[in-house]
Amino acid sequence: MHSPMEQFEIKRLLDFKFAGLDVSFTNSSLWMIIAVILATGVFVMGMRQRALVPSRLQSVAEVGYDFIANMVRDNVGEGGKKYFPFILTLFIFILFCNVLGMVPYSFTPTSHIVVTFAMALFIFVGVTVIGLARHGLHFFSLFVPKGVPFVLLLLLVPIEIISYFIRPFSLSIRLFANMLAGHTMLKVFGGFVVMMGLLGGWAPLAFIVVFTGLELLIAFLQAYVFAILTCLYLNDAVHLHH
Amino acid sequence: MDASAAKLIGAGLATIALAGVGVGIGNIFGSFVSGALRNPEAAPRVFGNVLLGFALTEAVALFALVIAFMILFVF
Repeated sequence: MHSPMEQFEIKRLLDFKFAGLDVSFTNSSLWMIIAVILATGVFVMGMRQRALVPSRLQSVAEVGYDFIANMVRDNVGEGGKKYFPFILTLFIFILFCNVLGMVPYSFTPTSHIVVTFAMALFIFVGVTVIGLARHGLHFFSLFVPKGVPFVLLLLLVPIEIISYFIRPFSLSIRLFANMLAGHTMLKVFGGFVVMMGLLGGWAPLAFIVVFTGLELLIAFLQAYVFAILTCLYLNDAVHLHH
Repeated sequence: MDASAAKLIGAGLATIALAGVGVGIGNIFGSFVSGALRNPEAAPRVFGNVLLGFALTEAVALFALVIAFMILFVF
């Protein structure tokens, strides 16, 4: 039987070398491209007719747009509108990667920490640059909570600074670990079905069916959490704790 | 003690974090249900926050899982 971790193996499909770096086209890249093409397809095909009474695909595109537009409006507020395209792209990309990973024999790019950490690091650096550009040195007042006695500040400021720098790690590990754990769990229980045979295998099979539903929910939820946390970080940078 | 045996014990110990996560997730949904019964009209508005809290708490469990995996497979 295959090991439950085998699904996460990266295979080179086309070998490329660039300036001494291995930039091969892997199954991870392939599934990321599929996710981008499908997401673009849904939005382009859905909005082609621009009907007043939307077709099914058009309402999918509209609901997705509205959902993120509301999220950005509620969480970033004023001055958040210009970051909306980025948040929407981020959410849709992660959502499609996660959901496509549920297809048997597919690959989940977001189950690799390289992918999620790269995204989280870009967000972290971007948010910090936005904050510094908007507020200059005043941005560092983000680390100083208001209305706290000076003695406590000595303790709180280092904690605030550490929690700020931990953000890219927690953001990326949350997404990657969720995908990794969910898929491993499904495969482990799949192994139980085979081991327990025709007689006893039904119980783990029923569990897998239920758990696949939960995994689809988690695939959506994690994309949502990633997007909303990006919004909250942006809010911090744009409004500095109001 | 054998190093591989210590690894297994360590990975098992890492799952103690689940106790806290269990309390946390139970707390989130328990508070939501008791709040929703008191004021059912306000319930749909906070459900997004409930899911966010659930996902954030669940992530703590997964950090423990990552630590267990690191103990088992990396070292």
